[in-house]
Amino acid sequence: MTFFILRRIGLGLVILLIVALLLFGMMHMIPGDPTVVALGPRSTPEMREAFRQLMGLDRPIFEQLGLFLGRLSQGNLGEDVWSRRPVLTMILEVLPYTVTLAVASFIWAVALGIVLGCAAVVHHGRWPDWLIGVLSVGLVAVPSFVVSLYSLLIFAVTLNWLPAIGAGEPGDIMGQARALILPSFAIGLGWVGYVSRIVRAAMIEAMGEAYVRTLRSFGVPERKIIYRYALKQAFLAVLSVIAIGFGGLLTGSVFAEIVFSRPGLGKMTYDAVISRNYPVVMGTVLMTSGLYVTCMIIADVVTAFLDPRVRSAL
Amino acid sequence: MNLEFGFNRVTGAALAEPVLDIGDLTISYGGGTPAVQGVHLTVRPGEVVGVIGESGSGKTSLAHAVLRLLPQSAVITGQHLSLCGTDLLGAPDKTVASLRGPGAAMIFQNPMTAFSPLHTLGHQLTDLLWRDRTASKEEKRERILAVLKQVGLPDPAARLETYPFQLSGGMLQRVAIAAALLMRPSLLIADEPTTALDVTMEAQILHLMRELRAESGVAILMISHHLGVIAEICDRVAVMYAGRIVEEGTVEAIFADPRHPYTKALFACELSLIETGISRMPVIDHEALRRIAPVMRGAQ
Repeated sequence: MTFFILRRIGLGLVILLIVALLLFGMMHMIPGDPTVVALGPRSTPEMREAFRQLMGLDRPIFEQLGLFLGRLSQGNLGEDVWSRRPVLTMILEVLPYTVTLAVASFIWAVALGIVLGCAAVVHHGRWPDWLIGVLSVGLVAVPSFVVSLYSLLIFAVTLNWLPAIGAGEPGDIMGQARALILPSFAIGLGWVGYVSRIVRAAMIEAMGEAYVRTLRSFGVPERKIIYRYALKQAFLAVLSVIAIGFGGLLTGSVFAEIVFSRPGLGKMTYDAVISRNYPVVMGTVLMTSGLYVTCMIIADVVTAFLDPRVRSAL
Repeated sequence: MNLEFGFNRVTGAALAEPVLDIGDLTISYGGGTPAVQGVHLTVRPGEVVGVIGESGSGKTSLAHAVLRLLPQSAVITGQHLSLCGTDLLGAPDKTVASLRGPGAAMIFQNPMTAFSPLHTLGHQLTDLLWRDRTASKEEKRERILAVLKQVGLPDPAARLETYPFQLSGGMLQRVAIAAALLMRPSLLIADEPTTALDVTMEAQILHLMRELRAESGVAILMISHHLGVIAEICDRVAVMYAGRIVEEGTVEAIFADPRHPYTKALFACELSLIETGISRMPVIDHEALRRIAPVMRGAQ
């Protein structure tokens, strides 16, 4: 098991290296002089030359690559072009907000999605199944920024129950939790529908397995078959999809972050792209890839833990 | 019908109330051509009855209909379908469920898929004893170990902790038979129990079933397309073709003197009886059969 986890982590590092190489290549293929971007159009040629030497842009490309990877291996993601602050520090500042939002959205969405999916299977082919089906597709179809705006208008502006913007003051746990409700609702809602659909599909597949017929032929109650047996199999099938989805949430929550003015990785990436702040873009993209890879490793380990066939093959 | 065969060949027990009594049973899927048509079949206590036929003859539909295990699209009609004296035709699901296990227990074709891959065998066998709410965990464990021993599984205590994928098909089929015995059923329905196994395993499983039958006197309904299996274990055999039973009698009588053209054709296809050195394998000529046997007309 330890070896399995170490191997997964090693593979994750390889993926991150590939991402870093692609990013490095892309930075050098972007048209335009990076010194102009950094120093502005009114900089003198001397200033640009000095900057080029400072950043090591005058050296051969392979030397630059070596320097880039060397810095990366020390956890140095470079500096913000404008504020000159280390990118890593900036990311670590907003990361907790992003992770709490993603975790909060996901816990309730996955829990409710699984419950709805199971309910649809229990009443398979009857009206609750149809109702949950229509509801789920509807939830998937509504974009999260629409939910964001409407929930903001209803619960924050009209009813004034919850804060409209911000992430709460530092140290104020209740305030932070209250500020989390609306964004996590907006982000999670679509996932409820999505998870309930895949849980339903995976459960129906599981209920068609031969062992379910065996259990039925022994008179084992349907509820027991569904919750004790089929759900475990269905969860394994859903797990990897959920893990990828969770990775996507870490940057995909950009709309909710903008609407609710929350600091976060998504908003940071968006701002950096708009202002051509390349080191920050690189840093956030690398960080997102790292989080994705972490999610996949966790999903693999959980799968190995739940599935004896996978576990024994380790 | 077949009163003269209604005694136990092994114990010579007198006529008794049949365990399974099927009268004029018809099964169709979604209103199409019936898969089973007007079938009569009885199984008496301690008797082993075989149903033989090729793929699609309706024998598995018949076996699964007893415990209402067919898909929802199946429509079952007929005079009666009595299991242990209870007519299950039109009976509420609850009644059927109460007889699943204690009334009739099933053994399925493929032991490799008959158990959940994600749970230990001990866990699954314990769950089958869900009806018994008074027995403690240890009592259930003892009962499970006893039946596993009975079916000749080596080191049963260790097997409880294993997962299905860690055992061979033959071993798993033994566990499946043990699971059925755990229910102390009146009838054992074996749906092609040896088809997914290799020849050695097949012989072992048949031997086991013969032993169990001699020990416990359980009635068995054996579904197979393999004449050897039927000859090995059954007292009586019913030959199914296109959803009907075309011939029925003692194994000796049918094997010695098959009357129906389909039965003859089936025998002609039996590999162990085919002469060596022939250039073509025999096939069943359905067109010819339909001409010879008018009962087949419109059946397919």
